[in-house]
Amino acid sequence: MEGDIVQMGAYIGAGLACMGMGGAAVGVGNVAGNFLSGALRNPSAAAGQTATLFIGIAFAEALGIFSFLVALLLMFAV
Amino acid sequence: MATTTHDAAGAAAGHAAESAGMPQLDFASFPNQIFWLVVTLVAIYWVLSRIALPRIGGVLADRQSAITGDLTAAEEFKLRAKEAEAAYERALVEARSDAQKIVGQARAEIQKDLDAATAHADAEIAARASESERRIGEIRAGAMEAVVAVAREAAADIVAAMGGKADAKAVAKAVDARLKG
Amino acid sequence: MATEEAGSALSFHPMDQFIVKPLFGDGPINWYTPTNVTLWMALAVVGIYLLLVVGTRGRAVIPTRMQSIAELAYGFVHKMVEDVTGKDGLRYFPYIFTLFMFIVFANFLGLLPRAFTPTSHIAVTAVLAMAVFLTVTILGFVKNGAAFLGLFWVSSAPLALRPVLALIELISYFVRPVSHSIRLAGNMMAGHAVIKVFAGFAAVAVISPLSIVAITAMYGLEILVSFIQAYVFTILTCVYLKDALHPHH
Repeated sequence: MEGDIVQMGAYIGAGLACMGMGGAAVGVGNVAGNFLSGALRNPSAAAGQTATLFIGIAFAEALGIFSFLVALLLMFAV
Repeated sequence: MATTTHDAAGAAAGHAAESAGMPQLDFASFPNQIFWLVVTLVAIYWVLSRIALPRIGGVLADRQSAITGDLTAAEEFKLRAKEAEAAYERALVEARSDAQKIVGQARAEIQKDLDAATAHADAEIAARASESERRIGEIRAGAMEAVVAVAREAAADIVAAMGGKADAKAVAKAVDARLKG
Repeated sequence: MATEEAGSALSFHPMDQFIVKPLFGDGPINWYTPTNVTLWMALAVVGIYLLLVVGTRGRAVIPTRMQSIAELAYGFVHKMVEDVTGKDGLRYFPYIFTLFMFIVFANFLGLLPRAFTPTSHIAVTAVLAMAVFLTVTILGFVKNGAAFLGLFWVSSAPLALRPVLALIELISYFVRPVSHSIRLAGNMMAGHAVIKVFAGFAAVAVISPLSIVAITAMYGLEILVSFIQAYVFTILTCVYLKDALHPHH
């Protein structure tokens, strides 16, 4: 019984942790969208900034991956 | 927590206990992975730094120098083509001036011939004109004499017809006087 | 997760693909045991050898297809290192190229059906990231001495803020290897696990067409992610290296 409650809590926690991935999605979309609007204003400068774009996306995405990892840990390791 | 998640038929039969949950957190496999990772990285690094990278770098450098060489050669060819064009232009100009000269000479010769012919023709015309003049003068003089003779004869005849006796001298005098007057 | 589903047709084992098993027999995993990790890392080495050594053996000025790919990879990483770290970073180009080629090949080979993905394991990526972290830190101190600590002292900020910023910079500096490794492992693990979950749904006849379409779409995304994560890992290595070589902001 007690184990069931712990497991239930872990699964609920995993579901909650997955909400963090939505935040990462918003962040990645924000980075890419702002890059695009800037690139359309000044297309000649855009080519030199793709590396920065990818670094920004990677940083934003890493946080989503962290929350995904927390979900996985709750489901499989706790 | 009951994590008997995996089928016994799964390949992990031997270590079902260890691989339960996340295999990534199965610390028993860490030394193995790390060991093989280090071996792999050293192998890749060795292959890359000994063989692959110098070779690719060399090929790229060769290509760069080949491209540069070709570009300079192309530049040289372009220069040569320009020189050839200039020479051609020069030859064209020379040929044109030669042609001009030849045309001028020909024109001068023709002019000379023409002048000579004109002069000759003029002289002939003048000669013939003077000849004609002379003959016309002769004919006119002849005609005048004839007129005088005819007038004297006519006058003598008229005098005779009127019943007079024509004195040839007097008639001639009278006719001359009339002709002059 | 699958415990509750034991009775129904659905059974999800999304993490089974990451299990490290011995290649021969069932013995315990010692540090020297040849495992599927060994197999797939060896395949990566073979792939790199085929591409970069056998593919370029012609040394042709006009490249063959394989040689073009090899030169493309070389030029890609070379330009990245040169752009981010500057000319003096090119000394470390073989090291960075090794990391890039290993991650790319491990990621792409892991996309083959029934394959094992070494880069989805925290142990592997943590070693990669720690190697980068230690190299960069030691290099920073060797090249710049104590001036390397200037990386944490933001001289353009107001004086009162500088200790706070230094603390934040210090923490972020030590979090680097963590995020560096978990980003790669997490991305690879997430994609593969999601594909496996969709594959589990394919057991139900009604939703199997949808699930197969979803697997195809995820597979396409995973191909993109495989490359982008290798690129990101490499470019972050270059950024850290730049910090070590030129610690002044």
